[in-house]
Order: sequence, then C-alpha cells, then structure tokens
Amino acid sequence: MSASALVVELQAGRPIPLDVHLQVDSGELLALVGPSGSGKSTVLRAIAGLHRTRTGFVRCGAETWLCTQRGIRLRPQQRRVGLVFQDYALFPHLSALDNLVLAIDSGSLRWRREQARELLARVRLEGLEDRLPRQLSGGQQQRVAVARALARGPRVLLLDEPFSAVDMMTRERLQRELALLRRSIRIPIILVTHDLQEAVRLADRICVLHNGRSLQTGTPDTLFRQPASPHVARLLGRHNVFTGSVVRADGAERLAWGALRLELEKPTHLPHGTTVSWYIPDSDIVLHRRGRPSLGERENPVHGTVAECVPLGAQTSVTLRCRHTDDSLRLNVATHAAQRNGLEPGAEAAVSLLRKGIHIMDTAGPGDG
Amino acid sequence: MDWTAFRLSLELAAWTTSILIPIGLLVGRWLAYSRFRGRGFVEAAIALPLVLPPTVLGYYLLVSFSTDMPVGQLWQSLTGDGLNFSFAGIVLASIIFNLPFAIQPVQRAFETVPMHLREAAWCSGLSGWRTFWRIELPLVWPGVISAFVLTFVHTIGEFGVVLMVGGAIDGETKTVAIAIYDRVQAFDDEAAGAMSLLLLLVSFVAIAIVYGLAGRRKVVSVR
Repeated sequence: MSASALVVELQAGRPIPLDVHLQVDSGELLALVGPSGSGKSTVLRAIAGLHRTRTGFVRCGAETWLCTQRGIRLRPQQRRVGLVFQDYALFPHLSALDNLVLAIDSGSLRWRREQARELLARVRLEGLEDRLPRQLSGGQQQRVAVARALARGPRVLLLDEPFSAVDMMTRERLQRELALLRRSIRIPIILVTHDLQEAVRLADRICVLHNGRSLQTGTPDTLFRQPASPHVARLLGRHNVFTGSVVRADGAERLAWGALRLELEKPTHLPHGTTVSWYIPDSDIVLHRRGRPSLGERENPVHGTVAECVPLGAQTSVTLRCRHTDDSLRLNVATHAAQRNGLEPGAEAAVSLLRKGIHIMDTAGPGDG
Repeated sequence: MDWTAFRLSLELAAWTTSILIPIGLLVGRWLAYSRFRGRGFVEAAIALPLVLPPTVLGYYLLVSFSTDMPVGQLWQSLTGDGLNFSFAGIVLASIIFNLPFAIQPVQRAFETVPMHLREAAWCSGLSGWRTFWRIELPLVWPGVISAFVLTFVHTIGEFGVVLMVGGAIDGETKTVAIAIYDRVQAFDDEAAGAMSLLLLLVSFVAIAIVYGLAGRRKVVSVR
C-alpha cells in the first residue's frame, strides 16, 4: 500500500460498471477525463459516499472511508470531502455566507460566520455575503460552491465539471483562480472534466476513464507522448496512430510502415516481425521547408500529397497522404507557415518523423479497444 | 348565526390539520423520494377522496366505524365510546377525506427539491435530520402552507361525509356547513345567508393565500 494521501479502488458491475484505481498525493491535482458516460462523476460520488459500489476501498490519509472487505462504509457526513457539484447545488434559500456557515460544523455561530467571511474573501466575494445564489452570476456561484466545499476543512477536494456552466471568458478566469487557490491547500484534488485542454492546464496528472475503467494515469506530457494504447490515444483525440512491424534493416532495428523503414530511438525488445501499433505526437512531425533544406530532414523523411488543408485560426490542420504507405498523417502547422510553404490540396510536401517521438504501444494491432 | 356550529367547525379543522400536516410531510416526502412497486397504487388510494362522492365515502366510514367492525371496536376498547355520531368520529373522517389535500401539495413541493441539494448538505456534514430542517423544510414551506390552508378550509366546508358519520348533533357533530342546511330547511334564510357569507369569505381568503404562495414559489424556484 502506498503512502498516497488518497487511495481509491472501485469495482462494480451494475448499474454503472466501474474498475478504477487511483492514487492522489497531498497537493496534487488529478484530472479524470473521458467521454460522457465514462463514469467520471460516479467515481467522485463513490469517493464522497453518495454512490455505493459492489466492492471498493477508499482511504484518505490514515482514515479508511470505505472497505467493503472489512464492512467499512462511512456515510458522506463522516468523510471529510469538499464536493463542488456541476450545477453547484447551492442552497437557494440561504445567502452566500449562510451557505458556508452551515457547512462549518464546529465553533460558535459568531466564529463560524467569521470563518465563512474569510473564505468568501479568499474567493474574492467580499461584499456579496448577503446575496442569495440567484442574485449571483454563474462565476460567483461557482466561487461560493468552491468556498463551501472548503468550509468544512476537507481532506479531499472533489470538483465535478466545475467550469462547464459558465461562459468561456469566466471559465478561463475561474481556472486561473483554481490554479492559484490550490497552492494554498495541501490536500488531494480530483477534477472531473471532459475538456482535455482544461485537464492539461490544471492537472499534475490525468487519468483517462472509459466505460468506468481507468485506462491510463500519467502526467499530461506522458499521456500525450506515450499513450498506453491506441484506444487511449483516440480518447485523447490523437490522430497519428498506425500499424507497423518491427524489422531488422541495415543492421539496425527499424519500424516498417508500408514501404518505409523508420529509425527508432530506443530498442523495442520485441521479436522482429512483431506487428505493433505506434503513434507519433504532432510536435514530433516536422514540416520540411520548401527550398530550404535543413539537417533534420534526413530523419525519417516521409513524402506525400496534401489531401486536406483546414485553417483553424492561427493553426492549420493538414492531412498528408503518404506516398509509401496507405496511411495519412495529420499535423498542425502555423497558418502562416502553411501559406508560405504553399500547402494546399494536391501540393507535394515532405515531413520528418522525429525518432524520439515514435512511440510503440502494443502488439495488439489496430483493433484494440 | 349558529356560533356553536362555527366554533365546532373551527375545532374540527384545528384537530384535523394538526394531525394531518405531520402525516402529509411524512407521506409526501416518502412518495416524492421513493421509487417502489405499487407507488401508483398508493397515490391513487390517497387521491380517491377527491373523486369519490362524499356520501359513498361517508357510507363506508359509517360502516367501518360501527362497533361490529375492527376500527370501531378498536376505538371502543381504547376509549369506551363509539366513533359514529361523535366528535372523534368526524375528526377521523376528516383526516381520511383530507388526505389528498394534505399530501399532494407537500409531495409536489418535495419533488422540486433536487437530489443534489440534499447530497450537498450531506457532504457539508449535515445529518439527515438537519438536512430536513435546514434545507428541505424551508424549500417545501409553500407546499406545507398550501396543504394547511386547503385542509383547514376543506374541513370547515365538508358536508356529506360529516353528515353521514356524525349526523347533526348540536355541539358534538353539527358543523357550520350542516347548520346552513339545517337553517335552509327551517326557512331561516337570514341565518343561512350570514353563515354562507362567512364560509364564502373564509374560503376566498384561504384560496387567495394558496394562489399567492403558488405565484411566489415560481419566483423562488429551486434551480
């Protein structure tokens, strides 16, 4: 058993299938990402004690909140969790201040009101203490919800899509505030979101969830550079996932991709001839500049024809139909670079696949899912 | 003006509402939050007094209150009196025919309190009991007032069931509604008119309160 501040193991078959293993350290923010219906919110609810699972184990610090094996199942009131609901679930008949006062469970009323006032000030809501939730904007309501979740002195902070109900401008501001706030609270934080960008911006680690299973947990960089399987890569919205085989060519190990033999950074330790799925992140596909060859171009050059060129603001999404394979590469280039290099449907182009970016995933082939 | 009958009606309404409101809260909350087989059946049984002719309901109550039947027997063994033609009998009858008025508004009110709010209260450390007092009850309060007013007024105005079960015994079971009928039979139009006007006013004020609260509830609706 590790010394993590929060350890969560959940298994359930019905009604919502779950197979989740999580560990979060104090002060760490873990983002749970996955498509809707993947069980993200259910995991939070199970940690808070609002959802019963068939078997499960939840330990927070030295306290065991749930251990079905030993028959331990603490009620939500007994688990010190701060939970921010997706719709905030503020008590509509109570002022912002009283929403917090109610959640502070010890001390005189005067002291509790003082504490609540301080917390509201911490989320920059001073002067709005007496407003009812409906008299507050969406962003202000969210701050009250965060402050209320912290009011009880929680051991764990759980955030269920806390930014989904506000407009984009407010969202960015609230995300910034959360990033600042978390520096001052040394407890495990779990953020549920379906927004990958949000997860990357805020989380120390990301856990990818699908159909109730935690598929991979890692730093954003690890996940985006080394997804555990083609399935994870697809869930993360990655495009360049292909099938190839490990071969020996020119006295070295190579990745056979169609007629191409790609150089690899590290030995795979796989028997030669093994069919593998592999992936390369966008950042390791380098576009060859027209008429200005550079040294890097000798590294795994791939030639092809531009099949599609979609400008999306400052970035342009380019699909390159490769000449020596049946696959197409998708890459994002700066729109001005795309224009300068004459990238348009039908144009010839070349890219380099950097060795360090080629990530061999598994031997299951493309059908893994 | 039969003040004895009026006082009796008020007493009957007070007894009925004070017994029914806790029942309404318990049953209304249970029906709003529980999902079980036969829930529709329970709701239908509660709504039955709304559609049943008062004489039919009164007849069945009269029969089951008789000392030959279990309910009547039980009451007699407890108090030594019969239920029929007694004040206790018309209180019990009022409780039964007012069940839908006491339960339905409270149930509808509980149904508008989202599950999330109760869960948020639990996660804020509030016990089930404190969640009820601090969160649920303040939010369902308009429904409770509606139930109270409807039950009170309906009890004062009920004629058929009370007459069947209670007869028209002065000072015991003769309520103001029965007194009006009695006065009309005796061609005492003046007294009948005065009492009718009084009932009209009481009913109008009560219904105005309910509609006023219903209007306000839209404004303070729970998200």
